[in-house]
Amino acid sequence: MATHPGGLTGTRTVRTRDLRRGFGDRLVLDGLDLEIGAGEFVALLGRSGSGKSTLLRALAGLDRDVAGSGAIDVPEKSSVVFQDARLLPWQHVLDNVVLGLSGPDAPQRGRAALAEVGLSGREQAWPHQLSGGEQQRVALARALVSEPDLLLADEPFGALDALTRLRMHDLLRELCRRHRPAVLLVTHDVDEAVTLADRVLVIDQGRITVDTTIDLPEPRSHRQPRFQAYRESLLRSLGVETEG
Amino acid sequence: MTASVLARPRTSAAAVPARRPRRRLGPGRPLPFGAVLGPLLLLSLWAIGSAAGWLDTRTLSAPWTVVTTAGELIADGRLQDNLAVSAQRAGLGLAVGTAIGTVLALLSGLSRWGEAILDGPVQIKRAIPGVALIPLLVLWLGIGEQMKIITIVLGVFVPVYIHTHNGLRSIDSRYVELGESLRLRPGVFLRRIVLPGALPGFLLGMRFAVVGAWLSLVVVEQINSTSGIGYMMELARQYGQTDVIIVGLVLYGLLGLLSDGAVRLAQRKALSWRRTLAD
Ligand SMILES: Nc1ncnc2c1ncn2[C@@H]1O[C@H](COP(=O)(O)OP(=O)(O)OP(=O)(O)O)[C@@H](O)[C@H]1O
Ligand SMILES: [Mg+2]
Repeated sequence: MATHPGGLTGTRTVRTRDLRRGFGDRLVLDGLDLEIGAGEFVALLGRSGSGKSTLLRALAGLDRDVAGSGAIDVPEKSSVVFQDARLLPWQHVLDNVVLGLSGPDAPQRGRAALAEVGLSGREQAWPHQLSGGEQQRVALARALVSEPDLLLADEPFGALDALTRLRMHDLLRELCRRHRPAVLLVTHDVDEAVTLADRVLVIDQGRITVDTTIDLPEPRSHRQPRFQAYRESLLRSLGVETEG
Repeated sequence: MTASVLARPRTSAAAVPARRPRRRLGPGRPLPFGAVLGPLLLLSLWAIGSAAGWLDTRTLSAPWTVVTTAGELIADGRLQDNLAVSAQRAGLGLAVGTAIGTVLALLSGLSRWGEAILDGPVQIKRAIPGVALIPLLVLWLGIGEQMKIITIVLGVFVPVYIHTHNGLRSIDSRYVELGESLRLRPGVFLRRIVLPGALPGFLLGMRFAVVGAWLSLVVVEQINSTSGIGYMMELARQYGQTDVIIVGLVLYGLLGLLSDGAVRLAQRKALSWRRTLAD
């Protein structure tokens, strides 16, 4: 399943060359090269302020006001999941899901997407009537209902409690298996990265400094010795010392 | 709060259906008929004052005289005729003013050029009381209906503009970003994000506008008019009929209350997605 960095198998969907982005004098992305294969699940780790969000926003085309240069190649159909669910409070749940869709089958597709995230029957609820985890599931449904080729997610589970986060991991894995978008998941949680991703990247000083293919059988768990090995090596490259 | 719930006898706790506990901050549960309590109190003070003879009838007619007078005015049709004329003026001015205010707010809220050109003049107009423009309007337009309605329009469009514009500008930029990430077409963006986002501001503006419409109406009808509630009151002043004046005042008050109530109802219906302090 895993694709190698050079793109030995599969087709590339994302490719950046010499990407630079800066705020004022500070260069946050400094000649960053990145490739993601079709259907590949990539997790991006990095210290706070290392430029993860900046990279993701660049890929999503949301950084028109940021100074920078470089080539970005992303699929036409890509979706973003933000850290906050970012549902429109004045639209019912279903209308939020189909916000970006057009055509007569939009409601039907929206219902199907809601069913996939386990929220059948909540179509006509207001967003504020849902729990944080449910809101984030609606956001996932909204991102996937358009059948994107690329899913960009910036710490989508950062605001959720540990238990809900585990459930969301299962859900995300399941959804990605079914729809097979390429995924770039920004996270600060090494376990999350190793559990979910085919490949884990670490960004530092504006470049990708670590690019590890996670070669673990499913279902992955902490009890796998190689899980611990991946975990520790990634933590080390993030500058965190682990005992043992 | 937990303690008081526990202290309540079991039987009554079972009899009372599970109620929402009162929010600790915020004004608390709405009182039944809370809105009419204050006016009723005023009314009873007035009635007591008149009955006890503390109020001279030449200064202020008794409530029952006012009621009889209102009955007579209705019987000979004067009240309805004048009310219809006034309501038409206010309604027309309100409709035109709201439309103008909304369109200007959209133009200036959605484009920098629009803002540069429109916002200044509206702010200048805002600083000039509508009444102060009447001499000029009379010179330009005479004292006909046109002048009256335009005075009302000028009083209405400013609050609609200010609050709608403010609502537009304070739409969370994260929603704009969401729209961009979903590649919404401009029309969809406007319909699904901009307009609903500005709706609370618009409705607040409407509440000021409704009040402004009646205010302007009173002024134009009392200055130079041959019909309308204001004219009826002006005529009564010349004959010293305080009862007719009070009928007019009560009418103005009722109209103001009713229209404000209508806007508030619209607010409640249209903004049911909001959770606010008052809920
Ligand atoms: N709009 C902005 N204006 C100025 N500086 C910014 C802006 N956005 C980000 N930065 C700076 O760019 C750097 C990278 O920010 P970015 O949000 O990409 O970090 P991050 O890796 O996502 O961090 P975190 O894990 O805390 O979310 C930070 O030092 C930040 O201060
Ligand atoms: Mg970030």
